[in-house]
Amino acid sequence: MKSVLYGRFKRFIYEIDQLTRFSVKMFLSMFGRPIYVSETMEQLYLVGVGSLFLVVLTGIFVGQGMALQLNNEMAEMGSKFYLGRIMAISIIREIGPILTGLMVAARVAAGITAEIGSMKSSHQLDAMVAFGIDPIRKLAAPRLIALMVMVPVLTIICDIIAILGGWFIAIVVANITSATYFSMVLDRLTFGNIFMGVLKPVVFAYVIAFISCYKGFTTSGGTKGVGRSTNESVMISSVVILIVNFVLTRVVWSLLKGSL
Amino acid sequence: MIKFENISFGYNDHKVLDGVSFDIPDGESRVIMGPSGSGKSTILRLILGLDCPWSGKIFIDGLNICGMKLRDMQKIRKQIAMVFQDGALFDSMTVGENVGFYLLEYSDKKGSEIEDEVREMLHFVDLDPDIIDTLPEELSGGMRRRVAVARALLSTNPRLMLFDEPTTGLDPQATENVLNLMIKLREVKNISVIIVTHQIADALKLTSKYIVIRKGLVVFDGNIDQLRDCDSSEMSDFLAPFKKSIVEVVNKKIV
Repeated sequence: MKSVLYGRFKRFIYEIDQLTRFSVKMFLSMFGRPIYVSETMEQLYLVGVGSLFLVVLTGIFVGQGMALQLNNEMAEMGSKFYLGRIMAISIIREIGPILTGLMVAARVAAGITAEIGSMKSSHQLDAMVAFGIDPIRKLAAPRLIALMVMVPVLTIICDIIAILGGWFIAIVVANITSATYFSMVLDRLTFGNIFMGVLKPVVFAYVIAFISCYKGFTTSGGTKGVGRSTNESVMISSVVILIVNFVLTRVVWSLLKGSL
Repeated sequence: MIKFENISFGYNDHKVLDGVSFDIPDGESRVIMGPSGSGKSTILRLILGLDCPWSGKIFIDGLNICGMKLRDMQKIRKQIAMVFQDGALFDSMTVGENVGFYLLEYSDKKGSEIEDEVREMLHFVDLDPDIIDTLPEELSGGMRRRVAVARALLSTNPRLMLFDEPTTGLDPQATENVLNLMIKLREVKNISVIIVTHQIADALKLTSKYIVIRKGLVVFDGNIDQLRDCDSSEMSDFLAPFKKSIVEVVNKKIV
């Protein structure tokens, strides 16, 4: 019993060590040479343009749904003119980053893990190493850069679309004027809210890139293993995004209380 | 020269090699034989530094590569090329991009110059240079292996090539083509080869020196005559189906 526990503890420490090493190596790979420009551009396109439709669709319907729900409650309290304010806070700080993060995780993380995992199982990664090419720099760095650029951009687009969705409900259902709605929205575009709204997607992008690449690079067990890693990659990325979101909210809240 | 000194290695908690020792002098070729799962491919991965042994030392040209710095290891990898099982071609790239992969990554050569070199290399491995724009998935198993050889030759200008199960899963004609290519590499380019296979009939055509691995141990290291006369119990059941072929090869050599 004691030896089993010791074995598991050793395995756990080994995994933590591997995760940390991979994370540091992946982060540093963004700054070293050679820079794979064409691969990075390709990934920017795949992540950005590829996820745009999904993010726009999610933003518009979630924005409208939220505005409808909030309007009903706020009308009862006689404060429906504050709809724009509540929409801006909840979308910029929470809903926009989380929705975009989860959508990108579902769409992109699976693709990254499946691609790198199948390369691993067919020895293509070994072939790269044999030719003196660092697979982390060649495969992980372009994906990390693309995600860290595109997830914040997609989040901003999602925020704008969701707020516009809320505006549609505000003028059609809630009978609030455009001027009132947008003045309330602009009132909450403070440094703190924007900072939180941009910081979160940058961190989420790192989480998605790190987990999906790590799962790809550590895939074993052939095609079945690739499927398993892909599932785990999406599941773990999504859960970690939700946990990190809470931690970031708590940290930024305590640091920038005055600016929020 | 490659020297394995008491090498032990495994995956997770499963030991694959258990105190393996052998020498391969410079310029010599070897066939490493043994049943599936005996640790043959692992030996090639260890030579190339893709895995690090649990214990023991591996010397290449007198340098211990275990724990060697990446930069120094890259210098050694420049002299040794490996053709993986089934080729390990980059499946999202064309044949031309695969063969010219290293040049596209590292050289300042123009696209047209690289294309010329790729075509020349495809011709050397007896492939039609017009398959340059084909994707690996459209090639047969034998063609994939030859493209992998072309890629390895153009990438590293090696003096030693490692082949992992080069004829497994190929039809007799494709097997013959790949075997002839390996002989051509030795004769035309003066490249030594280390071939891992469990197909003894093919191994007998390639070289006259053999290492046999069973259950993670070297149970035989010698030439064809010693292989014929070998009567150890560990070898008999493995070699029994091929005794006739071995005798034929020895007789042919005598003639």
